[in-house]
Amino acid sequence: MAEARIPHPDLPPPVSIVGPIGWLRRNLFSSPLNILLTLLTLYLLVIAIPPLLRWTVLNATWSGDTRDACQANSGACWVFIRVHFDQFMYGFYPDAQRWRVDLTVLLLIVSAAPLFIRRVPNQIKLRLALGILACYPIIAFILLTGGFGLAVVETSQWGGLLLTLVIAGVGMTAALPLGVLLALGRRSQLPAIQTLCVTFIEFWRGVPLITVLFMSSVMLPLFLPADMSFDKLLRALIGVSLFQAAYMAEVVRGGLQAIPKGQFEAAAALGLGFWKMMGLIVLPQALKLVIPGIVNTFIALFKDTSLVLIIGLFDLLNMVHNATTNPAWLGFSTEGYVFAAAVYWLFCFGMSRYSQSLEKRLHTGHKR
Amino acid sequence: MNESPAPYDTRKPLSDQTMIQMDGVHKWYGAFHVLKDINLTVQKGERIVVCGPSGSGKSTAIRCINRLEEYQRGRIAVDGQELSNDVKQIERIRREVGMVFQHFNLFPHLTVLENCTLAPIWVRKLPRKDAEEVAMRYLERVKIPEQAQKYPGQLSGGQQQRVAIARSLCMNPKIMLFDEPTSALDPEMIKEVLETMVSLAEDGMTMICVTHEMGFAKTVAHRVIFMDSGEIIEQNSPEEFFTHPKSDRTKLFLSQILHH
Repeated sequence: MAEARIPHPDLPPPVSIVGPIGWLRRNLFSSPLNILLTLLTLYLLVIAIPPLLRWTVLNATWSGDTRDACQANSGACWVFIRVHFDQFMYGFYPDAQRWRVDLTVLLLIVSAAPLFIRRVPNQIKLRLALGILACYPIIAFILLTGGFGLAVVETSQWGGLLLTLVIAGVGMTAALPLGVLLALGRRSQLPAIQTLCVTFIEFWRGVPLITVLFMSSVMLPLFLPADMSFDKLLRALIGVSLFQAAYMAEVVRGGLQAIPKGQFEAAAALGLGFWKMMGLIVLPQALKLVIPGIVNTFIALFKDTSLVLIIGLFDLLNMVHNATTNPAWLGFSTEGYVFAAAVYWLFCFGMSRYSQSLEKRLHTGHKR
Repeated sequence: MNESPAPYDTRKPLSDQTMIQMDGVHKWYGAFHVLKDINLTVQKGERIVVCGPSGSGKSTAIRCINRLEEYQRGRIAVDGQELSNDVKQIERIRREVGMVFQHFNLFPHLTVLENCTLAPIWVRKLPRKDAEEVAMRYLERVKIPEQAQKYPGQLSGGQQQRVAIARSLCMNPKIMLFDEPTSALDPEMIKEVLETMVSLAEDGMTMICVTHEMGFAKTVAHRVIFMDSGEIIEQNSPEEFFTHPKSDRTKLFLSQILHH
């Protein structure tokens, strides 16, 4: 009677559960509400995408050098961007010297590239990062402003994306370390340091950035001796850095507070002093925790650089605005602002993606 | 725990070298008097188990020895160096005093090996190569050299606590303090940690251990100290302590901890 049981081979799953149809059912049509939302979204896409596509690509004008080239088409006039492109990038930087800007950017990309390659060991990355931090600002400063045989270019001639990147770059590299110091100071046991840091943070967080910029450019000269002139860009840079440092300090403080007391105690019990404890044990963990907050602040900073237009600096947005008021090119502000928005978005999205990959890479906690 | 160390005669000092000297130490948390007149002398090579109900100040007392806790009155000297408010002096003493915590407190962002080499490299200024050699030796000693490249989050509780012990030993301390090292562990992991501590005891390490592991106290300790509400109530050799407790509070504590 004992018949060997031959297992029946599994039937393939029904088509309605796996494959594209299954996916659709699970994700888009799983309940009446989801069906409704899916249809509504489809409807919105149908009415929004074709005109957008027509304006940006299909009916757009890509070639030509004058506004007359755009008369024939009803879509966007990208000629406007092409003609002004150099202005948007360099501002009023003299044509003959623009290679210096390109070289500055290229230098940064080449020297920083190893930092983004996974196979490079962390030890080398750290050294390289510190090296860049120490040398690059000096090289960039000389290249951009001139001296040592290079023609001097006044900062008032800087503009466009160059200026935006200079303000954002200086702001970020100054705000992070300053913010870390302020955060440590705010948690200090020494009342003098603590009061100083709290006052600083609360003061800068309490005033709008516009006010800071305005004060730095209009009011500061009133208090300084008449013969003491102080570069306008430099004043803006200092203002932006101090302003963002206050925000950064609070972000970092949040991370510091999340580190368990046991970590401080274990570090102390091993005989590590304050700076080693912070630098080797506490900050690496705290900063990792607040990467989203730090990047959030960086992104806000990047976009806030556009506020410098109120003190007459010509950053990317102000250059675009300036071009739209050019009598020969009136009526193309939509194209200009769409372009500016795309550039800002590209940089901010890049930062956001990088922070996500960084978080994933630095995760050591519970991964098995 | 099969081989117990040689029996110890309480009347005769182990050595004439005093490792830890606590004189009239008092501590307050605000109005709460946590430590009341703690006097304790620990000889070199002596192994002391501190027990008592929770909140009795036993952890606080040993945390005063490496100044993780401040105290308001009294004096403590470690290996002849007096604790003061001088930060450098405190750091000097901490280098010589290893500490193992209830919750391990390993550094989660560093590998096991990096956990062990960090302090020797940055505090003792050992070259990285030497520090790694020492670390591997101690990781072998606590029987987990194969975990050296893992992160603490990938280890079991017992393994983490053994790494914590190895991390302390890498600093080559003269004294080891254990603050309830097995209280956060599952029963089967308690054994592996206790075995590590026993083998440390066999090497003649000066140890103070806050624990509720009475078996450990019986086999390893030279002296058992019972604390309650911030005071040292009784201290004696383990044989005397467990068979003839003197005070009523000790008797009550022992009856609760041994028969449940």
